[in-house]
Amino acid sequence: MAGVPIDLQLLNLCAALLLLLSFAMLAQRRIVNLVNLLALQGALLLCATLLLAWRTGQAHLYVSALLTLALKVLFLPWLLHRLIRRLQVYWDSEPLLNIPVTMLAGLAVVVFAFGLAQPISALGSTATRNSIGIALAVVLLSFITMITRRKAMSQVVGFLSMENGLFFGAMSATYGMPMVVEFGVALDVLVAVLVLGVFFFQIREQFDSLDLQHLEKLREEAAAAGGGGNTSGGDN
Amino acid sequence: MTPMALITQLLQIVSALAAAPLFIGWVNQCRAWLGNRSAPSVWLPYRSLRKLFHKEAVIAEGASPLFRVTPYVVFGAMTLAAAIIPSMGTRLPLTLAADAIALVGLLATARVFQSLAAIDIGTAFGTLGARREMMVGFLAEPALLMVIFVASLISATTALPAIAESLATRSFGLYPSLAFTAVAFTMVLLAENARIPIDNPATHLELTMIHEAQLLEYSARHLALMEWAAALKLFNYACIGFALFVPWGVSTRAGGPAALFASIPLLALKLMVAGAALAVIETVSAKLRVFRAPEFLGFAFVFAVLGLLVHLLLGA
Repeated sequence: MAGVPIDLQLLNLCAALLLLLSFAMLAQRRIVNLVNLLALQGALLLCATLLLAWRTGQAHLYVSALLTLALKVLFLPWLLHRLIRRLQVYWDSEPLLNIPVTMLAGLAVVVFAFGLAQPISALGSTATRNSIGIALAVVLLSFITMITRRKAMSQVVGFLSMENGLFFGAMSATYGMPMVVEFGVALDVLVAVLVLGVFFFQIREQFDSLDLQHLEKLREEAAAAGGGGNTSGGDN
Repeated sequence: MTPMALITQLLQIVSALAAAPLFIGWVNQCRAWLGNRSAPSVWLPYRSLRKLFHKEAVIAEGASPLFRVTPYVVFGAMTLAAAIIPSMGTRLPLTLAADAIALVGLLATARVFQSLAAIDIGTAFGTLGARREMMVGFLAEPALLMVIFVASLISATTALPAIAESLATRSFGLYPSLAFTAVAFTMVLLAENARIPIDNPATHLELTMIHEAQLLEYSARHLALMEWAAALKLFNYACIGFALFVPWGVSTRAGGPAALFASIPLLALKLMVAGAALAVIETVSAKLRVFRAPEFLGFAFVFAVLGLLVHLLLGA
């Protein structure tokens, strides 16, 4: 470790903390905290981008840091908090797997991601190429978050954290995507969250719940089992 | 064996034996202050030990020799552990006998004997406490081993004095892996020493206790030895933590007598800070249900493995 410049050490610390935050998201039961963790992840991403921009002197990274700040640290968490208040959903139901098992699965996924990223890192020429494995692990862990949750809200948070992981991966592999792509992705995420926000209201109106299991049932089945979709779920 | 090594070794054993009850007293005092109660004296553990040693020992009917032997085994194991943890100096002749992994085994031996003795009497509470202790133990041990492996990987050895020396003498850097394992180690320390999120050391409410339930049948000198051993265990865990995460100030192989004596006040300072921190953790957290203990220790394990993986990937 001695001899490694301090900014690279800080970048490594950011990468490690990103990985830790993904695990925290995996273990979190409350949706409000999940959104706060997402904001924190955005803030870490912002730190990492700024450090990298300062280290490499690439001007476009400052722009993308600004984009991260505006979108991922401020706007999206605010929007999600507003949605939580409007929809009155503060708790996720118990996740499909119990939490220790999910964590152990997460560990296995991290090992897999690190192994997968090893050859890519070996080919890379950037100073941060070692972090590619962490970015890949963050993406896969967000996948697990989405898979093990029932509620639409937590799935959206998982989706956004996956985007954070991709962004971090692009940053560590090639010092960021071209500006056009970055703006496109940012716009996509923004629109996706807005549209999904509308979806939440529609889903709840239809089923009285944000539990996505109701979407898996066929109409006739639901009608036969509970006398219409509206009565099948009591919790929100 | 040089005389300097012998002095270091003896000083360390004697000071661990002498200071362990004081450390418990200090933690209890901090806890009382934080709970806005009037604090007991820091010397209270010594007084209760003296009182217990002067009483007549009573042994339950039907107790096997194992029950009588256990206090001595547990106390001996903890004393030996104190001898091989580099709390003051790294020049310890006894550490040739046991590295960090053997140390974990030594702690496990004490646990097995304590649990067996608790079951031996055949009372319901003893059995209950022993089972819970084994549950906590089998979850905490892998996490502790992982913590030790990370430090061993960084310093390329499993001997604790060598780990402490190599970590203390290298130039300062940010180690995310060590930060993660420090968190994991703190969680293991809380669980293994029956501190609050897992067990309440002050409780005598039978249904929730783990450690106390195993000592219910002991009295007089046996109880005194068991309590002294528990104090030593906490002291040992604190010193393992210092050796792995804040090794600065330990007198190294190159240091003379001055360095050894300089390490005494430093150790006292570290213990004071650690005791206060322990009291804060215990005050702000609530005791978990027993069935949440696997989750708590699962997190500790995940933290430790993450530290290991981050070290392997980033080399940091």
